[in-house]
Amino acid sequence: MTSLPTTIQDVFNEPGCARNASKSKVERKNGCTKQLKPGGAAGGCAFDGAKVALQPFTDVAHLVHGPIACEGNSWDNRGSVSSGSDLWRRSFTTDMSETDIVFGGEKRLYRAVKEITEKYNPQAIFVYQTCVPAMIGDDIDMVCKAASAKFGKPVIPINSPGFVGSKNLGNKLAGEALLEHVIGTGEPDYTTSYDINIIGEYNLSGELWQIKPLLDELGIRILSCISGDGKYREVAYSHRAKAAMMVCSRAMINVARKMRQRYGIPFFEGSFYGIEDTSDSLRQIARMLIESGAPAELMERTQALIAREETKAWAAIERFKPRFAGKRVVLITGGVKSWSMVAALQEAGLEIVGTSVKKSTKKDKERIKELMGQDAHMIEDMSPREIYKMLKDAKADIMLSGGKSQFVALKAAMPWLDINQERCHAYMGYVGILKLMEEIEKALYNPIWDQLRQAAPWDEFDRNLQARTAAQMHAQAPDPVRDPSRNGVRTISFSNQAEVSEGESAIAAHGPKLAEPNKPCTSSSGRCIACKDIPSDLQPPALQAAE
Amino acid sequence: MAIVTTSKKACSVNPLKMSQPIGGSFAFMGLRGAMPLLHGPQGCASFGLTLFVRHFNEAVPMQTTAMSEVATVLGGHENLEQAILNIYNRIEPEIIGINSTGVTETNGDDVEAFIRLIRQKHRQLEKLPLVYVSTPDFKDALQDGWGKTVARMIEVLVTPFDPARPRDASRVNVLPGCHLTPGDLDELRTIFEDFGLKPSFLPDLAGSLDGHIPDEFTPTTIGGIGVDEIATMGQVAWTIAIGAQMRRAAETMQVRTGAPFRLFERLCGLIPNDEFMAFLSQITGRSVPSKYRRQRGQLADAMLDAHFHIGGRKLAIGAEPDLLFDLSSSLHEMGAQVTAAVTTTNSPVLQRVRTEDVLIGDLEDLEELARTRDCDLLISHSHGRQAASRLNVPFFRVGFPMFDRLGAAHLTMVGYRGTRDLIFDIANLIITDREINHRPTPDSWRFTNSGLQVVSPRLH
Repeated sequence: MTSLPTTIQDVFNEPGCARNASKSKVERKNGCTKQLKPGGAAGGCAFDGAKVALQPFTDVAHLVHGPIACEGNSWDNRGSVSSGSDLWRRSFTTDMSETDIVFGGEKRLYRAVKEITEKYNPQAIFVYQTCVPAMIGDDIDMVCKAASAKFGKPVIPINSPGFVGSKNLGNKLAGEALLEHVIGTGEPDYTTSYDINIIGEYNLSGELWQIKPLLDELGIRILSCISGDGKYREVAYSHRAKAAMMVCSRAMINVARKMRQRYGIPFFEGSFYGIEDTSDSLRQIARMLIESGAPAELMERTQALIAREETKAWAAIERFKPRFAGKRVVLITGGVKSWSMVAALQEAGLEIVGTSVKKSTKKDKERIKELMGQDAHMIEDMSPREIYKMLKDAKADIMLSGGKSQFVALKAAMPWLDINQERCHAYMGYVGILKLMEEIEKALYNPIWDQLRQAAPWDEFDRNLQARTAAQMHAQAPDPVRDPSRNGVRTISFSNQAEVSEGESAIAAHGPKLAEPNKPCTSSSGRCIACKDIPSDLQPPALQAAE
Repeated sequence: MAIVTTSKKACSVNPLKMSQPIGGSFAFMGLRGAMPLLHGPQGCASFGLTLFVRHFNEAVPMQTTAMSEVATVLGGHENLEQAILNIYNRIEPEIIGINSTGVTETNGDDVEAFIRLIRQKHRQLEKLPLVYVSTPDFKDALQDGWGKTVARMIEVLVTPFDPARPRDASRVNVLPGCHLTPGDLDELRTIFEDFGLKPSFLPDLAGSLDGHIPDEFTPTTIGGIGVDEIATMGQVAWTIAIGAQMRRAAETMQVRTGAPFRLFERLCGLIPNDEFMAFLSQITGRSVPSKYRRQRGQLADAMLDAHFHIGGRKLAIGAEPDLLFDLSSSLHEMGAQVTAAVTTTNSPVLQRVRTEDVLIGDLEDLEELARTRDCDLLISHSHGRQAASRLNVPFFRVGFPMFDRLGAAHLTMVGYRGTRDLIFDIANLIITDREINHRPTPDSWRFTNSGLQVVSPRLH
């Protein structure tokens, strides 16, 4: 059993990670989490990442050891779907009290495991460590071991207190827990030459089931999916697979690589977003299985299936092309979706004017260049204000992003589509890409946009009224007085630069704009926008948290 | 008199409760140009943020001091300093509202002292209001965090007022509990204004999270009560607090400024609103506007129409104390029986909930009680959805969070009109359930061994 700091160091030193491999020795030692900036950070913690990665295991009780915040504020927030047990959707937490902090929370944790075993009798219990019990020194490894021995079922410690790092680190720590405690602890009833693992796929909105029929038709068995619609037993025997596909490029690379190292399971990184990517991935799976001993005819069957499905999909996409001609898309998302989505959208004739690469690896970026050309507009880290401006200036027609940045687009009266975990549609495979097209079309051509971009009727009325008043006063003002330096302009303190005057010359000098600064800051808006210049490098949380 | 008990379980299953610090941040969101800041690891803010975004469908400002493991060992002074400076330099908020979390409380960070040191070191922060409230995660619940934070805002931001000076009879302070929605606040604002009063809401979520579209993208809150207005809150004739959680804030206001207060524990239901109207009429010397006389009639009529459906229903309600008290009392007054009541934290109102026992527990407890006591309507925030579907009973969503339906900000329960709409909504839910799940069949009344069956059998 290794200590948490050792595990973290080990995870940082991931040879399978392209970004890590390109670093110098010193840089590598510093680890790969960016130092979080107080007052300018957002996004999940390591616990969040661990929970996100493992929660889709459906027949496991996920027990969070900590005060109410960690679980009470966050449960039931993911759109994964299960084909069987709904245990994973229930929330279990020790809800530590002040007394537990003073006397230690280990006994409470042990009793919690006991209660869960008695009431729900799950296949396994995953115990998540959080910051406060980590601080006071609760030893969850020890409690899990004791509880496991006593109750005769796997009780797995997931050592991922939030303050050790980012969400991404948490994904990897979750992977480490699986490698250390789960993978290789069981055996399947039988094995075939067609067994694969899918790693880093969470079955959001049931996406896995858009792919599974294709694999079923080819006779390929998903031995284990980590972790979408996963079952504990399947992970335990996942080391018997013949090949693996890694879907989310950065979340679980350590799992894929270490399974190759320990059990000789080859893996490739692929995507099921978009027609060509789906076909590529199917071919890769077939190729790897054949290399691992499956009959060569698998490839022929795979090619035939691909040909059939592609023809169907391309034909179906045709109808969108005239609707999408000249429409520009901005993509704000992370990792693999930054390029796999690009390919998919281009297939339908959409123009991609920008894609975010904040969470993408070097490889991801190369793919983007390949797809979008050398001068691809890669958005490293765009502030919401800039994005808002971009949309408001109509430099794009639609934004696709995660839920937390949606308001940047919507408040600019711009079409927007959710492509992250909270979305309610599935976009994988040949079926999924058509669903995505359909959703984009619905968003682009919704009649609300024209209505919302119209100003309220009173705005123009007010402007005319102002202009008339100003013109009247203008006409009355004799020429010499027009020089503002000679009379009456003074600054008052409604807000920094508001000017107000009692004299006519001010009206002459400022024209119809006068009414604007004259209005004190009202509570209807954050500040008096009209009279204050706001710095443009803002980093509100709404967007940083987006992924 | 209800007996209040606390769950003895070691493991909370399907929590009803949310943490205190985000209740504090929630209160700061009702201030104009505010940036709520959670002093703790970044996950604390991230989870809260996600919850608010899902509930309101709005961009929500919330920041974190991003405490790492090392920073926690060393103490949070430096992170707090950096966070305040970063926010000040980049966003220029009108106020930063700071709440502690479990980590920094376990650590024992003396945040008030940190703030003093930070102010000494950085002169530019001299005029920036910084309000800090201690809100450990491992104690109390969301509504406590809200109540404490509003009380602290008053201590820090309201200018003391000489009680001997004359008061502005046209102004009132309104201190709403966190169970009121922006829709509720707008309804109340209209009522006050109809009596010729100028209300100052602290906090005012209706200005910031009511879903309006601002002209510009703003990284702070996009509205709410301004710090300048809060400063003058001492001049008013009356403070009106809504919900028992606001007693502390109202008392603080009275001590600081001498403004008398009146606490309304409930504003849903016929009788509570009669009291409210009588009070407003009394303090303003105006008779109740005819609009409200009509609305009272409409409510009375709604009660007549809906009592057939709501009467006799066995309710299971899970909500924070003030919401539980208000809602359960109103439905009790419609003839419903509150058969299962679960809440999150202690409160003086719990004993007066009109049921036999109130449990401080979780949604598993509520589900179990609802099952064994054969409840036929479940009421809680959105997390109760799984329980309701397992029980196959109609489910009414109230409170925070409400992430799986739209319009949470505008669900209005206060006033005659709000009560009327609530009663219709619940009655319609019951009617729909009867149409779908309880149609009589040829076997509904067949003889059984269990004696004469008057009511058609439940289907679950």
